[in-house]
Amino acid sequence: MYSDKVMDHFQNPRNVGEIEDANAVGEVGNPTCGDIIKLYLKINDSDETIEDISFKTFGCGAAVATSSMVTELVKGKKLNEALTVSRDTVAEALDGLPPAKMHCSNLATDALKNAIEEYKKTKE
Amino acid sequence: MKSKYFDHAATTPVRSEVMEEMLPFFTDIYGNASSVHLPGQKAAGVVDDARQKIADLIGADRSEEIIFTSGGTEADNLAIKGTAMALKDKGKHIITSSIEHHAVLHTCQFLEKHLGFDVTYLEVDKEGFVDLEMLRKSIREDTILISIMMANNEIGTIEPVEEIAEIAEEHDILFHTDAVQAVGQIPIDVVKQNIDMLSLSAHKFNGPKGVGALYVKKGIKLVPQSSGGAQERKRRAGTENVPGIVGMGKAAELAKKEMMEKADKLSSMRDDLISRIFSDIDDVLLNGPEGKDRLPGNINITFKFIEGESILLNLNMMDIAASTGSACASGSLDPSHVILALGRSHELAHGSIRFSLGYGNDQEDIEYLMEVLPGIINRLREMSPLYAKKK
Repeated sequence: MYSDKVMDHFQNPRNVGEIEDANAVGEVGNPTCGDIIKLYLKINDSDETIEDISFKTFGCGAAVATSSMVTELVKGKKLNEALTVSRDTVAEALDGLPPAKMHCSNLATDALKNAIEEYKKTKE
Repeated sequence: MKSKYFDHAATTPVRSEVMEEMLPFFTDIYGNASSVHLPGQKAAGVVDDARQKIADLIGADRSEEIIFTSGGTEADNLAIKGTAMALKDKGKHIITSSIEHHAVLHTCQFLEKHLGFDVTYLEVDKEGFVDLEMLRKSIREDTILISIMMANNEIGTIEPVEEIAEIAEEHDILFHTDAVQAVGQIPIDVVKQNIDMLSLSAHKFNGPKGVGALYVKKGIKLVPQSSGGAQERKRRAGTENVPGIVGMGKAAELAKKEMMEKADKLSSMRDDLISRIFSDIDDVLLNGPEGKDRLPGNINITFKFIEGESILLNLNMMDIAASTGSACASGSLDPSHVILALGRSHELAHGSIRFSLGYGNDQEDIEYLMEVLPGIINRLREMSPLYAKKK
């Protein structure tokens, strides 16, 4: 049902946990739909680079794997580059997701966008 | 290592005695039970032997009250649609419960959508029991059928079918029960329990898949749901699945012989496993009742703050098979309708896991499960934003 890459990220998730001095946090989902994804970002204020990123996720295998993959894809990237990472990018990087999981469990990029928007607001 | 199978409510392995009994009917004794010649008559004879064994298992007076089907789903369809079509001029109201298997729920919804029936879906209490007072109140002039499961497939609640049957009889309403999970696990006597129709499925009690039966008390008329030949006394057209039926008969014979011993063994393993989960893992809830009103082999636990599919994937990596009420594993958006009907939140329903015990499970399986389960739960909780909030 899941690709080897999904299972790898599920079994050995990258960047799990909280960042204590995070300066941007984004959360999506709710317990009703079955997935909650929370991302913690440490953004360098001078050059807008994501220096560190981590996640906590309540959800199925795909929700954990997509969260893990997003953190890996955007770590070290500039904010505008990070924003180009889409759900499709994440799914492709994981060698695909089962059709039923494409929308309901592929929310990590939404959490990333939320976090970056919040961060930008505080900087205005 | 052999995998640890805790999903006997989904399906069970075919017993070797059952398979041996079936094998000659694929190759040597392959006659069509409707044929006049000797090979055909041999097949007809073994079909009737199996019919008698199934009648014996559920306490039916006459073997001809057993109609063979392709499984529990077809039996439920035949009972409900067959009754609805036979009695539609008498009334178009059916009463069932909100925690039925989809084979019953979706059949009732079909009748509402396509044939203008009205269906009452009785709510259940927090342990999954149907309220008899609510049942009485929901009976109308035009009620023709009550269909309530004997035992629930997800949470193991054993419904008070004898009392329900009595209420149905008082009001001259037919009573059907989906006993797919109950057969072979708890004693059944359709005569004493006053049951009009009862569905069963072979693969839930160590028989083969693709064969089941509907018990229909003598005198009840059903409109057949498949058109064709005169098999099964014109109630179910189609060539009999002779090897399957023979296997089901053997499985029924073994189930009857071993039931009490098996029920004792499984109930004590069940209670042991439940108490060990509660003592070794925090923040857990038991879904369904405790003790004698629960199926011997059923355990259903909500692990708070985490989601069922991710628990199953982790268990699967450790060669443990179980199942979940989480939507994420089912391909639908909603979690288990049964767990929600108990009044649990979506979040708690998503975190529910069913371990169902059966023939072949032993103490070693329980030990192994309890070795790995707390670590899996802990690891997923460390990853959960809900658990962080709790702390």
